[in-house]
Amino acid sequence: MADTSLASNVLEHEERQSLESREFGFWIYLMTDAVIFALLFATYVVLSQNSAAGPTSKEVFDLRHTAGETVLLLLSSLTFGIATISMVAGKGGRVVQWLFVTLLLGLGFLAMELIEFRGMIQEGAGPDVSGFLSAFFTLVGTHGLHVAFGVIGICVMIGQVLVKGLTLPVRSRLVRLGLFWHFLDIVWIGIFSVVYLPGVM
Amino acid sequence: MDHSAERSLSTYLTGFALAVVLTAIPFGLVWGGLLTGTAAYGVIAVAAVLQVVVHLVFFLHLNLKSTPAENLFFLGFAAVLICIMVGGSLWIMMDLHHRMM
Repeated sequence: MADTSLASNVLEHEERQSLESREFGFWIYLMTDAVIFALLFATYVVLSQNSAAGPTSKEVFDLRHTAGETVLLLLSSLTFGIATISMVAGKGGRVVQWLFVTLLLGLGFLAMELIEFRGMIQEGAGPDVSGFLSAFFTLVGTHGLHVAFGVIGICVMIGQVLVKGLTLPVRSRLVRLGLFWHFLDIVWIGIFSVVYLPGVM
Repeated sequence: MDHSAERSLSTYLTGFALAVVLTAIPFGLVWGGLLTGTAAYGVIAVAAVLQVVVHLVFFLHLNLKSTPAENLFFLGFAAVLICIMVGGSLWIMMDLHHRMM
C-alpha cells in the first residue's frame, strides 16, 4: 500500500513538473509572438504615411468602430479572468458559462473586424492599394487571426471541461489559453494607440 | 507556477477599471480634439504603456515575488529585443526619409 501511494505521489509530482515546464514554454512562445507584433508595428509606422495617392488613414478609420472593438476585447479579458477564478474554486459549470460569454465577445470582435475590413475593401481601400494599407491589413489581420485561433481554443476548452472535468492537465491548458487571451488584449492596446488614434488625428 | 491564491475577483475588477480609464483618456482626447501634435502623442503613449503594465500585473499576474525569475528574464529579454529592433528600424528609416526629402 505504501509503495503504491508513493508511486502515485511521484507520478503526480512528475505531472506537475511537466505542466510547469509547458507553461514556461508557452510564456517563451508569447514573448516571441510579441517580437513578431513589434516588427509589424515598426513596419506600419514606417509605411503609415505612404498612401500612394490612395485613401489616407483619416478617410478610412472610424473611431466609433475601434471603440466598440476595444470594449468587446476588454470585456472578454474580464470574463476570461472570472472563468479562471471559477476554475480555481473548482466550479466546472461556472467555468463553461464564463468561457461561453468570452467566446461570444471574441466572436463579436471578429465580426466587427471583418465588417470593417469588408467595408474598407468595398470603398477601394484594400491591402493592394498602398504601402500604408498593406501594412495596416498585415498588422491588424495578424492580430485578428490570433483572436480567431483563441476562439477555436476556447471552443476546445469548453469541450474539455465538459467531457474531462477540471483535471490537472485541463486546468493547465486553461491557464495557458488565458495567458494567450490576455496577451492579445495587450497587443490590441498597441493597435489602437499606434494605428487608430494617431491615424485620425 | 501556482499563483492561484492571488487570483480574486477584486484583482480583475481593479485591473478592468484601470484599463477602462486608461482607454477612455486617449480616446476622449482624440475624439474631442482637446490636444494636438506632440502633446497628444505623448498622452497616448503614456496611457498605452501604463495600460500594458496594468494588464501584466492584474490580468497576467506578474509580480516580482511569486513570478518565476525565468519568466521575468524572458520578458525583459523580449523587451530589450523589441527596443533594439523597433527603435533601430524607426531610427534608420526616419533618417533615410529625412535625407531623401
